[in-house]
Amino acid sequence: MIYSEKVMDHFANPRNVGEIIDADGVGQVGNPKCGDIMKMYIKIDNDIITDVKFKTFGCGAAIATSSMATELIKGKSIKDALNLTNKAVMDALDGLPPVKVHCSVLAEQAIKSAIADYYTRQGIDPAPLVGNIPCCDDEHGTCHCPN
Amino acid sequence: MENFIYVDNAATTSVSKEALNAMLPFFEQNFGNPSSIYPLGQTANKALNDARETVASCLGAKASEIFFTSCGSESNNWAIKGIAHKMLKKGKNHIITTVFEHHAVLHTVKALENEGFSVTYLEVHEDGIVRLDELESAITEKTALVTIMYANNEIGTIQPIKEIGEICRKHNVLFHTDAVQAAGKVEINVYKQNIDLLSLSAHKFHGPKGVGALYIKNGISIEPLIEGGAQEKNRRAGTENVAGIIGLSVALKDACDNMEERNKKLIAMRDKLINNLLTIKCSRLNGHPTKRLPDNVNMCFEGIEGEGLLLLLSAKGVYASSGSACTSGSLDPSHVLLAIGLSHEVAHGSLRISLSDENTDKDIDYILEVLPPIIDRLRSMSPIWENK
Repeated sequence: MIYSEKVMDHFANPRNVGEIIDADGVGQVGNPKCGDIMKMYIKIDNDIITDVKFKTFGCGAAIATSSMATELIKGKSIKDALNLTNKAVMDALDGLPPVKVHCSVLAEQAIKSAIADYYTRQGIDPAPLVGNIPCCDDEHGTCHCPN
Repeated sequence: MENFIYVDNAATTSVSKEALNAMLPFFEQNFGNPSSIYPLGQTANKALNDARETVASCLGAKASEIFFTSCGSESNNWAIKGIAHKMLKKGKNHIITTVFEHHAVLHTVKALENEGFSVTYLEVHEDGIVRLDELESAITEKTALVTIMYANNEIGTIQPIKEIGEICRKHNVLFHTDAVQAAGKVEINVYKQNIDLLSLSAHKFHGPKGVGALYIKNGISIEPLIEGGAQEKNRRAGTENVAGIIGLSVALKDACDNMEERNKKLIAMRDKLINNLLTIKCSRLNGHPTKRLPDNVNMCFEGIEGEGLLLLLSAKGVYASSGSACTSGSLDPSHVLLAIGLSHEVAHGSLRISLSDENTDKDIDYILEVLPPIIDRLRSMSPIWENK
């Protein structure tokens, strides 16, 4: 398996690693059986994501996609963050090996999950705004969680 | 990278100078086909027979019992399918193996299962060793073959081969062992150990890739896997890989001649690694601590995933391997680590270091210097470590 230079850069020097103690939303996705868990923390001010941090248990691609995803949403509006697709994360990393595509899906889900948590804390039902966050997306056909 | 420390010798090894130099003339001046009657062919034929003698002597076998193949996987496929199909004609349709065999064995018995054979998969317990009583009670009148690996490729645990052979002999069942990881590393004597068939592969002991061997005890009837010419006494068709076979024989002899001295050095390095790595919080050694190959270290570090560990080690010039699936393109964790009872999340964080006598004590010190900070770093990023 060969990762792009960008993947290796984001894996070796991940951006925004850590936790936000007073986060406005926290989302965790993935499954230890799959070998990937992403946890994302966001600070929100006036519908803008002012800070974001992550912690990831997973392979190089999982760490790199987490890092890239946080870069792509930092300073953006919630709406922009919700529109971020796994493909955009992949493209920003100059692609991923086919078997690692699910890592980018997890990154997309982690963001949505953190935003959903933010809405819930605000007393807003996240479902109509964020949509469903499937666990280990079967549609992408690359994650075989032996549940 | 110019400078690196190679500790993935269970994956493959460098070809020794001796093996390479012995091979080279058989690519150039002595390129003849061993089946040809003129001197050029007969030179190759003699070298082939000498190599067969050498391999036989390393295993305590006769030259007539050694058959050269293209790799360990072919040897395993041939042994298992060849015996199973032959024994089916005698009404025997049951195979016994273990849950943690190499896929060259597991997928082969799976294929036979699809043909209608029944297969018993013996457990290997927490220490990675099969239990003799469980083997004996699994044998039935229908058992065609017992195939149990000599030493495991991931965790290096060595099976009680002689005792397994005795049980098989007592019940008149044929015994094959995949000795791909063991050949050249532990003393093998096929007669004393009651082994009927044994697979090995040259590139695991400083021989070339693309050549292996199967020992088949005289008198055993086996179907061929590769049909065609009359090579290898009509049992394995295909023009012999003369240079590769010579490389195999030279490398195996060298490995067997210097085994005791080399193993002493390897065990010292292995145990230094293990004992120091075990001081890392939430680490564990996988497989029996002493009934393991002299060159094998397999550890799990909780809270982290193996691939990240390997990539960061590689950035420090240490080339190792993981039981983690990510490296093999599949996402499932190692079937070997699950077989010894590890949970999925722990099995994802494994590291296999497999040494050779090209490694030095300095290499071990370097690994022990760079590895703990890498583990700390990955754990600091891990959401499942924060609760520790």
